[in-house]
Amino acid sequence: MTKATAAQHQDDSIAPTANAKLRPLMGNEAIARGVWEAGAKVGSAYPGTPSTEILESLGEFPAEDVDAQWATNEKVSIDVAIGASFAGVRAMCAMKHVGLNVASDSLMSQTYIGVNAGLVLVVCDDPGMHSSQNEQDTRVFGQFAMVPVLEPSDAQEAKDFTKRAFELSEQFDTPVIVRSTTRLSHCRSPVHLGEREEHASIGFKDIPSKNVTLPAHARVRHPLVLERELKIQEYLNTSDLIRWERGSTEVGVITLSTCYTYVREVVPGASILKLGVSYPLAQDVVRRFCDSVDRVVVVEELEPVIERELRIMGIAAEGKAFFPRIGEFSPEVLRAGFHKAGIIKDLPKTHSIEIAGVARPPVLCAGCSHIGTFMAMRAINARVMGDIGCYTLGAIEPLKAIDTCVAMGASIGVAVGMAKGGATDRPVVATIGDSTFLHAGIPPLIDAVYNKANITVLLLDNQTVAMTGGQDNPGTGRTLRGEQTHRLDFEQLVRAVGVKWVKSVDSYNLASLYQACREAAQYNGVAVVISNRPCVLDPVKIKGTPFEVRAESCTACQACMNLACPAISWIDELFDGHHKVKIDQATCMGCSMCAQVCPTDSIQLSGAAP
Amino acid sequence: MSAPAPMERQSGTDGDPVLAPTNVLVVGVGGQGVIMVSKMLAELCLQHDIQVKQSEVHGMAKRGGAVFSHVRFGSEIHSPTIPVGQADILLALEWAEGLRWLHYLNPESGTLFVDTQQIIPPFSCRNRKRGASFDYVYKTVEQVKEHIPNAFALDATRLATELGNLRTANTILLGMLSTALEFQPQEWQSIIARTVPPKTVEVNREAFELGRNWVQSESSEHHVQLLAPAPVQDHVEVKVELEITEDWCKGCDICVKMCPERILVLNRNEIVEITDPAACTGCRLCEWLCPDMAISVHVTPVEAET
Repeated sequence: MTKATAAQHQDDSIAPTANAKLRPLMGNEAIARGVWEAGAKVGSAYPGTPSTEILESLGEFPAEDVDAQWATNEKVSIDVAIGASFAGVRAMCAMKHVGLNVASDSLMSQTYIGVNAGLVLVVCDDPGMHSSQNEQDTRVFGQFAMVPVLEPSDAQEAKDFTKRAFELSEQFDTPVIVRSTTRLSHCRSPVHLGEREEHASIGFKDIPSKNVTLPAHARVRHPLVLERELKIQEYLNTSDLIRWERGSTEVGVITLSTCYTYVREVVPGASILKLGVSYPLAQDVVRRFCDSVDRVVVVEELEPVIERELRIMGIAAEGKAFFPRIGEFSPEVLRAGFHKAGIIKDLPKTHSIEIAGVARPPVLCAGCSHIGTFMAMRAINARVMGDIGCYTLGAIEPLKAIDTCVAMGASIGVAVGMAKGGATDRPVVATIGDSTFLHAGIPPLIDAVYNKANITVLLLDNQTVAMTGGQDNPGTGRTLRGEQTHRLDFEQLVRAVGVKWVKSVDSYNLASLYQACREAAQYNGVAVVISNRPCVLDPVKIKGTPFEVRAESCTACQACMNLACPAISWIDELFDGHHKVKIDQATCMGCSMCAQVCPTDSIQLSGAAP
Repeated sequence: MSAPAPMERQSGTDGDPVLAPTNVLVVGVGGQGVIMVSKMLAELCLQHDIQVKQSEVHGMAKRGGAVFSHVRFGSEIHSPTIPVGQADILLALEWAEGLRWLHYLNPESGTLFVDTQQIIPPFSCRNRKRGASFDYVYKTVEQVKEHIPNAFALDATRLATELGNLRTANTILLGMLSTALEFQPQEWQSIIARTVPPKTVEVNREAFELGRNWVQSESSEHHVQLLAPAPVQDHVEVKVELEITEDWCKGCDICVKMCPERILVLNRNEIVEITDPAACTGCRLCEWLCPDMAISVHVTPVEAET
């Protein structure tokens, strides 16, 4: 891990070449480009893999063109975009699939209201759960909200479809979802760049019967939403968003998104109907396509959304019988599926070499402040409700200090329930990061105080959104564009909601951290411990004098290995049958936590006198 | 050992070269620069108006996980990912990561370029049993070459250190990679020069030449020194027992706080108790630290009993 992060920071800095109109863009960058070219004036998002780079890229366009800002959560981000659309300018919000759960309350109303200027949601699904807690399919949400869902298959389409989404939104008076997946968001391919279209504000339209969702108004709006579905269906039947690629009439494949690229690779001879829009379904063209082939196969990742629609239409489509409903697709998965369907005969030869891989799960960084906090959780034998962030890694061996983890901001509410439910044989603690706390942790903290719960909240303030790559949030005092803004004071906020016991501690000082956690656990009521060391990677990589192991006195007790620090590993030398340890000098950043837990004082600052 | 054949180009009808898809899989560990390396290759393709797709997964990369990036280029590219068994080149920035992805290589013609440096994760050092071995792959270069004739293994990280800049290891690998692709060395050099910090352009130029020349010299020397600690030999199975003299324990909690396996607790009478005897490794910390000598650790060879 020696070459670590410096190389990474260069990642985004290849100078453009002569062919400036054709640039390799990541799907997310292409989406941001599409938003900018479409003349959007406001973009808002909460970071979440694989969607994070959309807003980051949008923030690289001139501030006078577009306001790109981090929202405190996805609900706020959609509300900001809705507000901008009301105000008369094109607006976009971006989120990961589970972010739409948070934003859905507003979406479900806004679908009745429609739009003023174009309103586009970019939602990135994560089939295979590379970096998510579930693999829900956003297309189901599209159907539920009756909002069109566009399905680009590569970076060029990601840009083009994003622009089309604004047009559709205005043409049909509806919010529009552009759906990406991890594979599209993080795939880089050449994109033809275009110019920005300027769209002057069309101003706020004072139409209360549309803009104010009273029951009486909504009753009038709902039928219009159903009519809208039909109109869009009709439009799609002749739209180039649906592409019929004629091939063999024996097999017709209906597919969409990146699945299309795999289909092209695996069954190059088949007839293909590529759906650029998965909801609503272009029924006429789909029916004509199905009539033209002997056998219809649907290739779609995750839920059988299209397959079910076809069955409802009375078409004998096949799909999930051959292709899994879980996980990410790839050429191999498709090949296996088409093989199972009898459509392709032979599977290609592969290497038979058998090598057991090295388990290399993601780990907390050397010097990560979360290491100390989870050591403290073990020390006080806490029952820990975890939350979403880097610190979820505290759940795995050897820290293994998290008992539950549900969703963004859930830890505090779950802890309240755990305490009220009587599981109080051990101290009940919620661990929650700074940004997750601001996202959805404040209402449950208020609830905990209000309902007199006996819990401890460990607020892990590492002063950045670390998991997604170090974005700013209200606690950092900087905006997405790096401007200074008000810096939220967590201690003040916590006291303001009525917490009486609050203590800030240095997460590297294990003794005082343990002590603070112990006292907090003994306090009867809501106690909040704020651990306040910054992230070692972002916004700047922190590197101090490393520590080293004096092998002559190391008794190989493995106490330091309990930290799961990536800088500490074994050496060949044994003591009483166990490996002694060493510290990688390039990786160690000098946090000193291992020296604090070493019972034989064998870990010392490098270069210090013996 | 012979240098790999450069990719083939055929002339199309209109005189433009028609390029069969070339699949390069770049793999390594988070933070090594996998994505940077693949971006440079993709940029080079773009300079030649060759269609290119590059696919990776972010998110966990910073946290030391396995990282991979698929680069595919040619006249027409559909899937952004390389099908298993169809990688023409596997470029591995770390030894075990190279081995992890071998099955992606084309079994007939695939070429492996690998840095033999070993990054051993804390997960490999987790076993607390006496005589436990590292959980790492112990294949040698020769064993790999039995399966992959076109394997080029070089301790690029050590050579980069000798050049005076550890970070040029990836450039050495790019030099190796350049021998298998048709782009001109000066094109590689110019993109490297535009990408690396200005002060390091010269050392990177050297590094690139070093990697390229090593492959072309058909040298049989690997410069390889596999450092992964060897499996522990000749260890004796032992039985570990903790003897607690309850009358002497005053419940000071020191052993409970210090036990690395966290298997000691104070019971209702404030006397130390072991919760999971099977998890005790016999490290003797508790025995040594107990101010009242209330704990004895008995380690007996299993054979001695029989």
